[in-house]
Formats: sequence, structure tokens, C-alpha cells
Amino acid sequence: MWDSTTINMILEGILQTIYMTVTSTVLGYLLGLPMGVLLTISDKNGLKPNPFLYKVLDAISNIVRSIPFLILLILLIPFTRQIVGQSYGSTATIVPLIICSAPYIARMVEASLKEVDPGVIEAAKAMGAGNTQIVFKVLLVEARTSLVTNATIALGSVLGYSAMAGTVGGGGLGDIAVRYGYYRYQTDIMLVTVVLLIVLFQIFQNSGMAVAKKLDHTKKS
Amino acid sequence: MHEIEVKNLSKSFIEKDIRVDALSNINLTVEKSDIYGIIGMSGAGKSTLIRCFNYLERPTSGQVIINGKELGQLNENELRAERTKIAMIFQHFNLLQQKNVIDNVIFPLTIQGVKKSEARAKAFELLATVGLEEKANAYPSQLSGGQQQRVAIARALASNPRILLCDEATSALDPQTTASILSLLKRINKETGITIVLITHQMSVVKAICNKVAVLEAGELVESGNIEDVNLPEDKYFWIDGDSHLKKRKDQVNNRKEVADYVG
Repeated sequence: MWDSTTINMILEGILQTIYMTVTSTVLGYLLGLPMGVLLTISDKNGLKPNPFLYKVLDAISNIVRSIPFLILLILLIPFTRQIVGQSYGSTATIVPLIICSAPYIARMVEASLKEVDPGVIEAAKAMGAGNTQIVFKVLLVEARTSLVTNATIALGSVLGYSAMAGTVGGGGLGDIAVRYGYYRYQTDIMLVTVVLLIVLFQIFQNSGMAVAKKLDHTKKS
Repeated sequence: MHEIEVKNLSKSFIEKDIRVDALSNINLTVEKSDIYGIIGMSGAGKSTLIRCFNYLERPTSGQVIINGKELGQLNENELRAERTKIAMIFQHFNLLQQKNVIDNVIFPLTIQGVKKSEARAKAFELLATVGLEEKANAYPSQLSGGQQQRVAIARALASNPRILLCDEATSALDPQTTASILSLLKRINKETGITIVLITHQMSVVKAICNKVAVLEAGELVESGNIEDVNLPEDKYFWIDGDSHLKKRKDQVNNRKEVADYVG
């Protein structure tokens, strides 16, 4: 039962899960961070209010978020095939993961940036700072603890979604859990994958929070 | 030439389709090296007025002329350049919480693209001026209110401004700290000749350091001139509002005495 093939399969599953989760989150931020910044500055009390841009981004983010991930996964199969060349396996899963996570990330970035004290932004304006400088030297710097905390949450959610992709042959630990635990009734393998997912989640969560804590200077110490 | 000239300035806001006149027809002039106090109760329009001096608020009509330049005529870049010469400090200090003291003081210089080594040297000089050299590596959350305001003053002075705008700069501080901040402002004014405009609801502040004063009531300037010529309606400004009226009044009387004692 626990021969080397099984163990290798599980080890590979771990690597695939880490690969999918980390790559999707990083690429999700590549889309979501600029989108969140644009949402923040184009909002009506933002640095450069632009109702049209805000409404467009707002609509995109709400529409994508309202589609359940499993359906998005299937809906995007033709698109994924175009980009990756195949619709199964862990690299293919990254495509829907990015598309699903980017709007969530954008919303979280928006929420983080809107927490920045308006007084500090006003002070920067009074010093003659331009909007670009305010974004890069004030907003993103002052909000960094909250940004990292939210990135940790995003990483955790993407980990969960990556496991869900297992139902359609997405690779990784979720895939193993579905194939062995569900189709073959091998509960022991499923339990092992669940434990491994929990461990991975804890590692992501704790290291993210540690980074956030290290970056935070707002608490007395 | 006047350092600051405000001509027929009005500002109104549209709030839920109703026009609110925050300021109407303000005229005043501030000369070089003045310490000009604008006093008024909460809601009188002081904060809006001082924000018109650097165009953080655009007046609805009228002109703000700083050292001969009318701010309304400037484009975005020219306005930003002008703002580097008009520094501002705030009631709640508004320091960058994630940057330490020295980086806060350097901040306006990095915005202007000054070299980091040059900026640091300047910043240490300024920290010495405000008496906080040993706190250079501390973060704002580790400082008291008075210390944070000193950092804010050092930061404001970093770009060698001609004018310093003070938006209720001592309102969040206790009487002793208020007095020490005021005497610091007075000293800087004497040493550098910087023009200071401050708004406050505390008569004690005006009496402690201002040479000129204007009284703002419900968006209108009711009196202005040299401090000894203006008839200051003393009692009126002792209360703020609400239930704690009496206690606040008592505090403020004490405050005024202590500030007067300290500044001398």
C-alpha cells in the first residue's frame, strides 16, 4: 500500500500544489495589485476620481467573483487550452486560478489602501507630491502590513481552490485526494493528503503573518 | 510685495444638492515673517481657509497670491513646485507610521529628488533644531504627541519653505507641550524669518505667539489686524461645544495661564 510509487506520487502532489498556489498567487497579484490601486485612486474620494474607470473595474471584479470557481474552471477550458496547450494538469490549473484570484486580490488591495490615514496623504500633497509618488511612497508603504496580511489570506484561498481543481484533473494534492479517496475509497491516502494540505496551509499562514509582523511599525515596541 | 494675499476668497461646497458657504469674501494680507493667527470656533471655516493657502482646497472664487504668484493660474506641476515652499503641519501630525523619524524628515526631500546623503545631513540638522537627534531611528508610534509634532515641524522645514501653515497644530497636545511647541515655532520664526500662519480655536495660542490676528466667524472675517489693535472677544472662544463645556472652559483658562507663563 505505502510503496515507493505512492509516496513519490504524494511528494509530487505536494510540489505541484506548492507550484500552483505560489505561481497563481504571484501572477494574481501581478493583475490584482494594479487593479486594486486603480480602484482606489479612481474612486470618488480617490486621488484622481474617474467614475467610468471605477465602474468598469468594479463590474469586472464583481462579475468574476460571482462565478463559482468550479464553474469558472470548466468555463475557461477553451481559453486555458489556447494558452497552455492542454486543459488538465497543474500548469493548466494556474490559468483559472489567476483569473479567479485577481479580482479578490484587487478588492483586498483596495481595502488595504483605503485604510491609509487620509491625513498622511494630505500631508504628502501639501509637500508637493504627485499622485504617482503618493501611490508608491505613501499608500503602498503605509499599507504594507495589511497588504501582506491579505496576501497571506489570498495564498490560503488559492491553496483551497487548487485542491478543488483536483475534481477535473488539476493535479496536486487535491487531485490525489479525489482520485484515491473518492473514486477508489482509499480513505488513508485521502487523510494523508488532507493532513498535508493543513500543514501547507499552516506554513503559508504562519510565515505570512511573521512577515507582516516584522514589517509593522505602528505598534509600540 | 505681500507674502500672502487673499482677495475676495469664497468657498462653497455642494452637499446633497444644498450649497453650503464655508467661506465668503475673505480678504487678508500676511507680510514676511509674520506670525499670523486665524481664530474661530469649530465650523467657522478655519481649516478650509488654511487649505486654500496651498490649494489643497480650491476656492470657488477669489485669489490666493503667494509672493506675487497667483495659485489659481498655476498648472499642476507649477502648483506642486510652489507647495514645496509652503510647508504644513497638522493637528494629528500626519507622520508616515511605517517610516522612522529620520526617513519622515527626509520624505519631502526624496519627493523632490534630493540625493539621499544630502537629505540625511539636512535631516539631522533639523532634528537638532527641534531637539530630537537621539530619536532619529525611532518610529512615530514610539513617540509622544509633542515629539511627533516636533518631527512634523522638522519635516516641514526640510524643503526650506518660505511659509509654514499650522492647522490646529497644538490642539491635540497638553498645555505644557503646547507651550514648548509654540516657543519652538517662535524661535524658528526669529531665526529663519519664516512666515507662519496658524489656525486655532485657542485664544491662548494667539496671545502667546501671534503678531497679527484675524477672527473668523461663520465663514466671514469679522476682524483682522495687529494683535494689540484687534478687539478679541475673549470669552467667546473659551468653550468648544457640548456637555463638557464647563470643564473645558476651566482647562482652557489654566492652559492659557500656563502657556503665557512658559512663553513669557
